[in-house]
Amino acid sequence: MTAREIMEYDVIIVGAGPAGLSCAIRLKQLKPDLMVAVIEKGAQIGAHILSGAVIEPEPLDQLLPGWRENPPPVCIPVAKDELWLLTKKGKIRLPTPPQQKNHGNFIVSLGSMCAWMAQKAEALEVDIFPGYAAAEIRFNDDGAVGGVIIGDMGVDSAGKHKDNYMQGIEIHAAMTVLCEGCRGHLSKQLIRKFELDKDCDPQTYGIGMKELWRVQPGKSKPGLVQHTTGWPLDAKTYGGSFIYHLDKDRIAIGFVTGLDYQDPAFRPFEAFQQMKHHPMLHELLEGGEILSSGARAIVEGGYQSLPKTEMPGALLIGDAAGMLNVPKIKGTHQAMRCGMMAAEHINDTASAEGFDAKLRDSEIVRELYKVRNIRPAFYSGLWRGFVRSAIETVTLGKLPTTLSIHDDDSTLKKRDDYTAPDRKWVDRDLPPRDRLASVYFAATEHDEDQPVHLRILEPDICTTRCAEEYDNPCTRFCPANVYEMVADDRVKKDGGRRLQINASNCVHCKVCDIKDPYQIINWVTPEGGCGPNYQNM
Amino acid sequence: MKILVGIKRVVDYNVRVRVLADGSGVDTDGVKMSVNPFDEIALEEALRIRDAGNAEEVIVVSAGGDECQQQLRTGLAMGADRAIQIQTSEGLQPLSTARAFLKVIEREDPGLVLLGKQAIDDDNCQTGQMLAALWERPQATSASKLELNGNSATVVREVDAGLETIEIDLPAVVTVDLRLNEPRFVKLPDIMKAKRKPMDVVSLEELGVAIEGNLEIGHYAPPPQREQGIMVEDAAQLVEELKNRGLL
Repeated sequence: MTAREIMEYDVIIVGAGPAGLSCAIRLKQLKPDLMVAVIEKGAQIGAHILSGAVIEPEPLDQLLPGWRENPPPVCIPVAKDELWLLTKKGKIRLPTPPQQKNHGNFIVSLGSMCAWMAQKAEALEVDIFPGYAAAEIRFNDDGAVGGVIIGDMGVDSAGKHKDNYMQGIEIHAAMTVLCEGCRGHLSKQLIRKFELDKDCDPQTYGIGMKELWRVQPGKSKPGLVQHTTGWPLDAKTYGGSFIYHLDKDRIAIGFVTGLDYQDPAFRPFEAFQQMKHHPMLHELLEGGEILSSGARAIVEGGYQSLPKTEMPGALLIGDAAGMLNVPKIKGTHQAMRCGMMAAEHINDTASAEGFDAKLRDSEIVRELYKVRNIRPAFYSGLWRGFVRSAIETVTLGKLPTTLSIHDDDSTLKKRDDYTAPDRKWVDRDLPPRDRLASVYFAATEHDEDQPVHLRILEPDICTTRCAEEYDNPCTRFCPANVYEMVADDRVKKDGGRRLQINASNCVHCKVCDIKDPYQIINWVTPEGGCGPNYQNM
Repeated sequence: MKILVGIKRVVDYNVRVRVLADGSGVDTDGVKMSVNPFDEIALEEALRIRDAGNAEEVIVVSAGGDECQQQLRTGLAMGADRAIQIQTSEGLQPLSTARAFLKVIEREDPGLVLLGKQAIDDDNCQTGQMLAALWERPQATSASKLELNGNSATVVREVDAGLETIEIDLPAVVTVDLRLNEPRFVKLPDIMKAKRKPMDVVSLEELGVAIEGNLEIGHYAPPPQREQGIMVEDAAQLVEELKNRGLL
């Protein structure tokens, strides 16, 4: 193998989301001659961004004063908040908890906002490279992080070089900032290598699925923010939906459920589709069309699960570390603040050291501390969760106890140990018909002739223990139908079935990497530029 | 010899194209835009010819608003030497594009013009042929193989009946098909180099080309939706269902 080409930067930022772009912009504002690059695995900026999203504007005010005169392409001031508890046919209006009051906030498409931020960054001469995946970390001789290695392109499914093979280059940098978002695959390795999580609770996640709809004229009420809880989930499963009314008859509708669910037969995608068939939503969506759809894991552990965010040569920021505020259902403001803080720290000290302490003494972590007990309060069910979170809210999180966070892979019950409630799910008539139809709206694309980027570490477990104990939950928790157990004549044992991985369907949500009860699915980056091509998500 | 390569900015092939509600066009809001894949193949071929020592310079040309500079930069990053943007805020029909290209040809005097056989947005497949006619030079369309032999070229064309091999004199217009080559990936350092490569901007007026609207577009409509099928139990039911529908 020939030596890789090298590019040198002062700071390399992995991931062009709100955290990474805020960091890049602030760095160049503070020190215009700093060499800063951002790499992004999506084919274009925003292509892999999926969020509600209602955002708090303060960090934008700090980062880009005057943005309100020239706002991002989708940006609607919130006019009204509603919270509904759904039953199968009915609905009860609940008082909006203070964390969810959105006066002064904006509904945006985070994807198009990131594309807009990227333009601002490029105007400051940040080098932004969409379509390139950071496949590996590059370590210096002293063991510190010293940049990243871009994945090779033009490798076939057997690992051989194709005619257009291109070796990925090395990007060397004095500082590497990881902002890959929830469950970043490099962040995961670094957390393990530097034991960044040794003093915190395990991380816990949710799966968020979203569809952008164009509804019949007049049905959308621009600025209306609706959240629901209850049906179609049972009281033991954490989750709810969001319905954000945009302009131009558009509605962003989404569903989030905690990945600590216990039922091995649970199908998050189906729950989302069921929710859309509640009379309140069915009426809204009927006659409309889907513009885009997708899914993404969400980091929910908050304060207790926050790993150490610094290591030699690198910082971990945004949801790669886990800064989302669950009760607020918002992470963008936290990610942006953290990006700016990282930039200021790098500018002041030119080192990673001291960042974690600074972060923990900041409003970012104070905000997480205040609400630390709300997510785990729901471990004992919806109703107790409501009560506890009301108490936590009234006392501003000042009660001395801190509930601990559990992980998601061990909460899944074996099928013999769990009797699923009768969910009384309804027949559906709204699109998409199934997960494949949904993936179509994600416009996801992977060159089929490349190594499978979902690595099964011990494939035998799938057809033996997992089939027996859990009936292969990967075939259900994946929102893109990547995993299928198929009959194959060539397989002589294990009931003649094997796991088929439809890797080209993958929407890069990372749920499989999280929820697999044996932790044998390892999500790695496919060829750069592959994956979903979200539009205004 | 110079090679001129046409580049068109189009909706990416992975995007699900959606017709606007009023039928006036297709939705490009937040949509991924790319270099027309056939143009990418044309450029790849030009670069290979240059790198084999059979041409000195590869120039990429695009007609459109400033947003098409993005696609020209991609062309430069792939390896083109310089770029020309024919600036126009209005969408051009094939004849106008061909006339504008002809003006660029008159300025640059290329030995070969390589274009995609068609653009994947409107699938017109006209610009190359019109350009050759206006230029009064030979053309070879849908090329799947191209060999240069001094003042002429041997081109294998993909035609309905199979493959056709023709000999053409140069300069000429060659439009390329899918199987000609597999375009390269762009290297990161080359993106940086591309930022420093020259990009000339020239307006249609400066070229002395008037916009012609020979084609009038009535309206756009999506294809009718296919009705949901039914699953039949056996052959007998299939026959019955077909009979019920008057298909047997």
